Amino acid sequence: MRCAIVGSGNIGTDLFHKLQRSPTLEPTAMVGIDPDSDGLARARRAGVDATHEGVDWLLERADEFDLVFEATSAWVHRQNAPRYEAAGLPAIDLTPAKLGPLVVPPVNGGQHTRAMNVNLITCGGQATVPMVHAVSRVVHVPYSEIISSVSSVSAGPGTRQNIDEFTKVTSAAQELVGGADHGKAIMVLNPADPPILMRNTVFCALPEGYDADAIVQSILDMEAEVQTYVPGYRLKAEPQIETEVYGTPGGVVPARVVILLEVEGAGDYFPPYAGNLDIMTAAAVRVAETRVAAEVPA
Amino acid sequence: MTDQTPLPRPGRPPVTDIRLVDSTLRDGSHAVRHNFTVEQVRDVVSALDAAGVPVIEVTHGDGMGGSSFNYGFSHTSDTDLLKVAVETAVNADIAVLFVPGIGVKDDLRQASDLGVSMARIATHCTEADISEQHIALTKELGMEAVGFLMMAHMTTPEALAEQASMMADFGADAVYVVDSAGAMTTDDFKQRVAAVKRLVDIDVGVHAHNNLSLAVANSLAAHQEGATWIDGCTTGLGAGAGNCPTEILVATCDKTGIATGVDTFAMMDAAQDTVRPIRPDMGVIDRDGLMLGYAGVYGSFLLHAKTASQRYGVPTTDILLELGRRGMVGGQEDMIIDVALSLRDGRAGADT
Repeated sequence: MRCAIVGSGNIGTDLFHKLQRSPTLEPTAMVGIDPDSDGLARARRAGVDATHEGVDWLLERADEFDLVFEATSAWVHRQNAPRYEAAGLPAIDLTPAKLGPLVVPPVNGGQHTRAMNVNLITCGGQATVPMVHAVSRVVHVPYSEIISSVSSVSAGPGTRQNIDEFTKVTSAAQELVGGADHGKAIMVLNPADPPILMRNTVFCALPEGYDADAIVQSILDMEAEVQTYVPGYRLKAEPQIETEVYGTPGGVVPARVVILLEVEGAGDYFPPYAGNLDIMTAAAVRVAETRVAAEVPA
Repeated sequence: MTDQTPLPRPGRPPVTDIRLVDSTLRDGSHAVRHNFTVEQVRDVVSALDAAGVPVIEVTHGDGMGGSSFNYGFSHTSDTDLLKVAVETAVNADIAVLFVPGIGVKDDLRQASDLGVSMARIATHCTEADISEQHIALTKELGMEAVGFLMMAHMTTPEALAEQASMMADFGADAVYVVDSAGAMTTDDFKQRVAAVKRLVDIDVGVHAHNNLSLAVANSLAAHQEGATWIDGCTTGLGAGAGNCPTEILVATCDKTGIATGVDTFAMMDAAQDTVRPIRPDMGVIDRDGLMLGYAGVYGSFLLHAKTASQRYGVPTTDILLELGRRGMVGGQEDMIIDVALSLRDGRAGADT
């Protein structure tokens, strides 16, 4: 499948390296707006068309591509999305624009393989929504909350200007995809040097009568499932069930489960601490590969 | 000490040397695990307003949207507390705290609709650029915008000044040097305020915690370097070892000829009769409080660390030291559980 990457920043460049390794996806163009961007230079060195002339360049030759990955920012994607669709180009959106259905590979990756636009939420969403789902598939989750901490150096200008969108889309994804009645997301930037690995914590409210063993087992199963496409995704400790009366927005509950996660990146473009880039681009590749598989007749 | 002093007339604030901001009902939220009630807010706003405090901050300790598992759920919503604060205040302006990444822009719109007249936009001391949209929106809504650079001890005076200058460019009316951990010595404060003053034209403020028993001294030293906004919390009611106690700051300013516009005796009464009963032990700097300042750890981690200490059977001070070693910043309360588990399982120090 011939793929174009729009956006030559951190995410786009990391994605480029992953696509080069895919057996079914081929990066055939990288589109940016900054002629001096490192991402465009890398694409050029790899012998791939790289342009700083923006999406106009891409749309002039839309029939040369089967799929576009959007790695710009939410407001740019809102402008581009209708143009891709008019040109018949399906889009996988790595910004928090939230135009198409929200997709998290191990939860609903197989459901939207023909959609013209799918949205990958946020890096924090890709890291945490699988775990909200892992809990909600065995017990009713009236409220879930995630805290995503990323190293300052791995948060580029796009992420920084999208901080409100990040929290809103990640909150919505816990409800729409994760299965919680109410979701909340918090994002923290940490400037420590050497940079911290991406950390995510998931809290799920547990109602009376929860089955602790089933919850923990479901979480461990989900860890293994995410590891099939993000090898550096792991629980930092056993899931903890803390009993205390909590007055959550979803009602008063007697306990919560605390899931402490760490994401070590594959080191494709940014060093391994930038697991936030890695989990997003790995999810994008997984979603695109699922799309290819769905197109091949059984 | 019950004599009523004449109140300043509405619309004509007294000429003062400093603008005093009382954060009892925001930073103090940490000290009561976010359990402030409508009645407490009404009583405290009423007492502070009558004493002449010009700005009163009312919000969950972690700002708008802070009510959560991670920081503690609010007993009463910010909306309900802000409503009663705005209704009660005759002269004082009501302010909110807002942390990008925790709150969202709709929270600022809601604050403005409720009659709040100032929003303090807080970021970690090296991350000012995430405040651009929120400072701009605050101004657009007609509120005063204040940039609030937390954990200022974690960066150099020069780097802090650059961040302050960014907030000034975004449109902030004032920018703060915030010692969230109570870790700064008097020289640390003076150097940072002086560096910021050299680089920005807007007002500079300071927010001190009392872990090293220096909050009042640091605030006055900062004033000598040109800081003209000073934060206090009545009786010190605030995160960790508590804040710069407003009544002590006011009395000290009174004795040294710094005009605050606040009545010293009325402030003492407000502290003793209205705020002191909320946490009678406030002002005691115990080992945990001192350790926060010594290790440079975010003050609001304290009560969460105590909870984790009990639950996982490891000393609070060990948790605090490890959090400091890992360079955790404000908002990362979830890492307290992580650290407690690492210590319990003997993994601390090996990983970060």
